[in-house]
Amino acid sequence: MTDTRTIRIEAVRFNPETDQEPRRQSYDVPFTPDMSVLQGLQYIKDHLDGSLTFRWSCRMAVCGSCGMMINDTPKLSCETFLRDLYPGPVKVAPLDNFPIQRDLAIDQTGFLDKLAMIKPYIVAKQDKPLSEGTFRQTPAQLEAYYQYSQCINCLLCYAACPQFGLNDQFVGPAALSLLQRYNLDSRDVGWSVRADVANADIGVWECTVVGYCSEVCPKGVDPMHAINENKVNSALDYIGLKRLVGGR
Amino acid sequence: MQIISTDVVVIGGGGAGLRAAIAATEADPALSIALVSKVLPMRSHTVAAEGGSAGVVREDDSLEQHFHDTVAGGDWLCDQDAVEYFVRHCTEEMVQLERWGCPWSRKPDGSVNVRFFGGMTVQRTWFAADKSGFHILHTLFQTSYKYPSIKRFDEYFCADLLVEDGRVRGVLAIEIATGEMVLFACNAVILATGGAGRVFRQNTNAGIVTGEGMGLAFRKGAVLRDMEFVQWHPTCLPGTGILMSEACRGEGAILTNKDGYRYLQDYGLGPLDPWPRAKAMELGPRDRLSQAFWHEDNKGNTIQTPYGSAVNLDLRHLGEKKILERLPLITEAARTFAGVDPVKQPIPVRPAVHYTMGGIATNVHTETAVAGLYAAGECASVGIHGANRLGSNSLAELLVFGKVAGVRAAQHARSVRPASAERTARQADATATRLVRLIDSERGERTVTLRDEMMDAMEAGVGLFRTVNGLKAACAKLAELRQRYRRGVKLDDTNRAFNTEWLAAVELGAMLEVAEAMAHSALWRKESRGAHQRLDLPTRDDKRYLVHTIAKSGGDGTPSIKSAPVTITKSRPGARVYGGAGSKAELT
Ligand SMILES: Cc1cc2nc3c(=O)[nH]c(=O)nc-3n(C[C@H](O)[C@H](O)[C@H](O)COP(=O)(O)OP(=O)(O)OC[C@H]3O[C@@H](n4cnc5c(N)ncnc54)[C@H](O)[C@@H]3O)c2cc1C
Ligand code: SF4
Ligand code: FES
Repeated sequence: MTDTRTIRIEAVRFNPETDQEPRRQSYDVPFTPDMSVLQGLQYIKDHLDGSLTFRWSCRMAVCGSCGMMINDTPKLSCETFLRDLYPGPVKVAPLDNFPIQRDLAIDQTGFLDKLAMIKPYIVAKQDKPLSEGTFRQTPAQLEAYYQYSQCINCLLCYAACPQFGLNDQFVGPAALSLLQRYNLDSRDVGWSVRADVANADIGVWECTVVGYCSEVCPKGVDPMHAINENKVNSALDYIGLKRLVGGR
Repeated sequence: MQIISTDVVVIGGGGAGLRAAIAATEADPALSIALVSKVLPMRSHTVAAEGGSAGVVREDDSLEQHFHDTVAGGDWLCDQDAVEYFVRHCTEEMVQLERWGCPWSRKPDGSVNVRFFGGMTVQRTWFAADKSGFHILHTLFQTSYKYPSIKRFDEYFCADLLVEDGRVRGVLAIEIATGEMVLFACNAVILATGGAGRVFRQNTNAGIVTGEGMGLAFRKGAVLRDMEFVQWHPTCLPGTGILMSEACRGEGAILTNKDGYRYLQDYGLGPLDPWPRAKAMELGPRDRLSQAFWHEDNKGNTIQTPYGSAVNLDLRHLGEKKILERLPLITEAARTFAGVDPVKQPIPVRPAVHYTMGGIATNVHTETAVAGLYAAGECASVGIHGANRLGSNSLAELLVFGKVAGVRAAQHARSVRPASAERTARQADATATRLVRLIDSERGERTVTLRDEMMDAMEAGVGLFRTVNGLKAACAKLAELRQRYRRGVKLDDTNRAFNTEWLAAVELGAMLEVAEAMAHSALWRKESRGAHQRLDLPTRDDKRYLVHTIAKSGGDGTPSIKSAPVTITKSRPGARVYGGAGSKAELT
């Protein structure tokens, strides 16, 4: 069969019921060249220690649940391969900048509240009965926001963001990208209801253009760009001028 | 135990659950809706759907044709009243999604584009690149923020349904973060918990697709219909089972064996030319393509990989531009997970379990046998898929019947008097105690041991091709596993907070029952039809088996199987022919 080697995985452990501080635990994991870090963790859970806790679901990089720090970099564990980390050891830890819920699982509730803040839905300019069919949206109009609709909410960008590390109230890269996704959609006229969030202290102005968010994003979303587009709009709003980017 | 009183509980935050929740609140904004899901909604399995969703829009298409493709695709085991309702409502749901912001792929003039899909006569599959499920799910999830009466309970695991005098009165759930028990007291429950593909080893499904919604309903008096019909998707990566969407073939990819020969022409799907042609060769239905693979493998015409044999899915002739534009996700997945660049190399693929055609039996109104309990989406069997689901009919089903379930449950919740929450709580206590005891059971085997033996039994006995002896062996094995499970499972993790090992143990109990229903239904059906292929009984037998199977729980014992009539309105069973023979048949 395929060649099997062994690699050491050092996982952060934390149990809110019994632990004051996170600690590390090491496991020796046999692996084949096609095995991801996630599969390594599943091996541990199945064969070595059923108490190791982490989130996963699709195991094909679309659901966004398996993000974690792998050797200090935010990554999706299902698309990071053990062969590339050999000879190890591989350090896995919960995503930076979030409270730990248990072991590798972080508390995501703050992010969900931010999604609510940005009103992530179409505020329609016009309405017509469903029987009249779809609105037109040319490929170019689709292209204008499409990139920002690719976000899988994996939160790697928040783990990479130093400003979010300093102030967890910062609406942050993924939510601000989604805000821009709706602002740029030709079917939407909701930018004014989202402007408060964008213009707030915790909105676009908190960003200091480090750009690490865009670097770690596994889906090519480029949150930094979204935020900067909004800075232009936010500034124009402030001086009472019409928006340039995404305005209609 | 915390008690939360609400009007409607929706279990599941996938496509069906979100659509149902939105429909319920739009039907009656005064109702309180609890949307309960064991994962955040956007992690639901719908996110992984790639190819697209059916809905008639083209001039050269008609509801009639969508109806006939679906019924023939399902080998006439579809309830035709349900199919008729379904095809009539697909398109408005696609339009509704467009209004809510779904980034459907467009033609240059700004109208939506549609693609070919297996078994469909005309291009009628709406798509958003090859991330259709992802965009549909995120659109629904984000839109749900518009409705204040939808209250989400993310990462709550439903462990029991509370039924009194034949009516549903509540849901017992575990708050995953803390491990605390929560009782949702309510008047109506919608199950939208997805399929059960994970009872098999090689599958395309996310880890959460463990079928316990079906299990919960089954144990509480609802029946499971047509469980023997499990769909294998013909083009999945060996080992992981990661799906190479049917959209690949819709866009023109071809399948070749180890000699580079397009073998489908040998299995009633040819001739080779003219190509592409709807419902022929690679555009044939999934069951036929998977079965052809099996034969080709037996002839020794496949390629050997460390994870079983494979054939080649070849996209190269489409050219880099089209591949990247139409199939970006597939390209990325093949590169990452198979180390193959589809622009330059063919992708090795094999069949893997993909979809459960059967599920909790409902009528066209999504009502189950339990009053107040509704089911929609992959966990349900509303009767539209019959013996084989056509690609892109499932996403459409989530929307069409998710909406029906929401509207119906809202009406029901309004019309019944609430029960006493205390009485329901007493019933919940017994289950809660049993669940908590599971954590510190001192005896028993590891969950994983039982799970692996279950998967092996299903692969061996209830696979792509079945025999009486194989099925009997699987039934016996599953009964043994259920007995061993009842003796107790031993957990390493004895904590309450975020104990995923505990949840997996609860899931396993339900999976074993669902697996057993599949095996017994398959044993009962003494013919071959659609996805259910018996080597010992290779032909379709309309005289005796043009009927649904109905599995009823036998408690700790084996389920009982009986039959129920199929509703036939206007399409009499005919030969299910594809390829050249198909176009001839259609002309006559
Ligand atoms: C890889 C792949 C590609 C596909 N592509 C297509 C396609 O192109 N076109 C098409 O038509 N179909 C496709 N399908 C099929 C289709 O995607 C599924 O049938 C459909 O998404 C199922 O949706 P659902 O809402 O029923 O369930 P899911 O999306 O599976 O959601 C189930 C929900 O139930 C919740 N849940 C389950 N159990 C519990 C519990 N005990 N307690 C609390 N919550 C629970 C989960 O948390 C989740 O939120 C594809 C399937 C796969 C596997
Ligand atoms: S923007 Fe990128 S990194 Fe951030 S959550 Fe979305 S997909 Fe993940
Ligand atoms: S498991 Fe879904 S993104 Fe990794």
